[in-house]
Amino acid sequence: MNLAIRDIRHNLGRFLLTSIGLGLLLGVVLSMIGIYRGLVADALSLVRGPGADLWVVETGTRGPFAEGSRIPGDTREAVARLAGVTEAGSMTFQSLEALHRGRKLRLQVVGHEPDRLGGPAVITEGRGLARGRFELIADVKTGLVLGERIALGGDVFTVVGLTRGAVSSSGDPVVWMSLRDSQVLQFRLSPAPARREAARGPVATGAPDTVNAVVARVAANVPVESVTEAARRWKHLAAMTQDEQETILTRSVVEKARQQIGLFTTVLLTVSTVIIALIIYTMTMDKLKEIATLKLIGAPDGRIVGLILQQALALGLIGFSAGATLITLVKDHFPRRVVMLPEDAMALGVIVVVVCVLASGLGVRLALKVDPATALGS
Amino acid sequence: MTETSPAPLVSMRGLAKHYGEGSARVDALKGVDLDLMPGEVVGLLGPSGSGKTTLLNLIGCIAEPSGGTLLLDGERIWDGRWLRPDLRRLRLEKIGFIFQFHNLLPFLDVTDNVALVLDMAGIPRRPAIERAHELLDYLEVGHRKTARPSSLSGGEAQRVAIARALANRPRIILADEPTAALDGQRAGIVMDLLRKVAVDRHATVVVVTHDEKIYDRFDHIFTLRDGRVVDG
Repeated sequence: MNLAIRDIRHNLGRFLLTSIGLGLLLGVVLSMIGIYRGLVADALSLVRGPGADLWVVETGTRGPFAEGSRIPGDTREAVARLAGVTEAGSMTFQSLEALHRGRKLRLQVVGHEPDRLGGPAVITEGRGLARGRFELIADVKTGLVLGERIALGGDVFTVVGLTRGAVSSSGDPVVWMSLRDSQVLQFRLSPAPARREAARGPVATGAPDTVNAVVARVAANVPVESVTEAARRWKHLAAMTQDEQETILTRSVVEKARQQIGLFTTVLLTVSTVIIALIIYTMTMDKLKEIATLKLIGAPDGRIVGLILQQALALGLIGFSAGATLITLVKDHFPRRVVMLPEDAMALGVIVVVVCVLASGLGVRLALKVDPATALGS
Repeated sequence: MTETSPAPLVSMRGLAKHYGEGSARVDALKGVDLDLMPGEVVGLLGPSGSGKTTLLNLIGCIAEPSGGTLLLDGERIWDGRWLRPDLRRLRLEKIGFIFQFHNLLPFLDVTDNVALVLDMAGIPRRPAIERAHELLDYLEVGHRKTARPSSLSGGEAQRVAIARALANRPRIILADEPTAALDGQRAGIVMDLLRKVAVDRHATVVVVTHDEKIYDRFDHIFTLRDGRVVDG
């Protein structure tokens, strides 16, 4: 005869409400983990997009995602001539905010050379950039549709292709344009500063041929490290492998966010433990007379501990299931990507079980201290 | 041919209990000698603080005596120390408890309140349920087998509590104010049931009470005063 289940059924409404309340808290814990996973996935989606093996940036920097990086536009030709390199492409990266259809739109603009390395991995709708200018490939998260026109930096661009799931590490959706357009957007001065610069003396007009990085793909039979080493010999350039670039992003760019979310998750788990402990303690307090009676009529301690422990576990697992279901249902409505991995959910499930066992300690201690004599004359 | 008298089910010699030490010491029981025989319904009477609940606790192995000896059903239980390692198992096997407010578990129905004791004793579910139904019928509450304790009247609840106390066939029944919450008629019915149990099962029923309307239902009355039996 399972006393825990009988007691739960006796107070089913209250127990379920308590479990759902706990579930909301555990749902927040799960969503925090999902937000962190989303943060990493977002950051990596941009760096993995070009499908490069090698990144060449300005010397002394860890650009273009961690720091600013400016290198001459002809670097691509030099990199492409390195032994083992099969493909190379110049790229620019910049964040900007545009006013479109009466709302502010934050964008991560990626400039690349059409038909060279650096474009979007998959175009879900429409086409890639033609060689002409003023064309745009946008992620669906921008809200832009095929054929829509948008003004960026004084020029008007037409959306010719759409991608899905391409965002920067800060969650801004990505748009791709031709390298020349992006250089103009990034380096061309607006009219007032341009007039001031002109007044100070002769300057080059238009945008300089400067890029933020050159990406390259290496032949399968050539070690990436050896090509990277070769690129590092240029004193004005720095080179890193794809793995190193990803490590910079996850360990440096999103590290603070990871720590913040990790700390917050720990605090939430601690709060959950305290709440479970208090709930179990209160539930045990409500049953002191029954526990004394059970002891008096001969119930062993194992039976009483089992009653409390099983209820704690039921509370945690029902709460966890409710929280996981809730977050699965609403995760797509979060402003930033929430990635729910089965292994994360399983890990949290195991943590919840451990937390329930620990949290039931107070209730078990209280129950074991109950004097069976209190059942008499009460 | 000589007729041998039956052995007492509860036997105590010089049973004592004190709380505290030194100047704070309180002697709740001061060397009680008692023999309670099978088939008897005995009353423990006395004013508050006289030691009757302490005596019930010692017989029920809920509290540890400070001195003397205690035998239950012929087995020496206390002789300066507990001689049985598992007192809860002892209670499960030998003693049935009846409480003033019946103390039925609210989350179990009537049948399971009775069957729980058998479940704890390791009896399989089906025979435990059959035994519970048999007892509930015996105590004339068989028609409430599936009811929750909260829906029972005071008299019905006390009968279910008696059924629970009898489930494991104990021969020592300890009742703490079993009629205090009942009117005269229902109190009489409960005492008749306890008498029936004592006779049918050769059990000893020990009743702690202040309820004067049941004084005439006892075979023996032991009155305690200041930790001693002064009248028995």
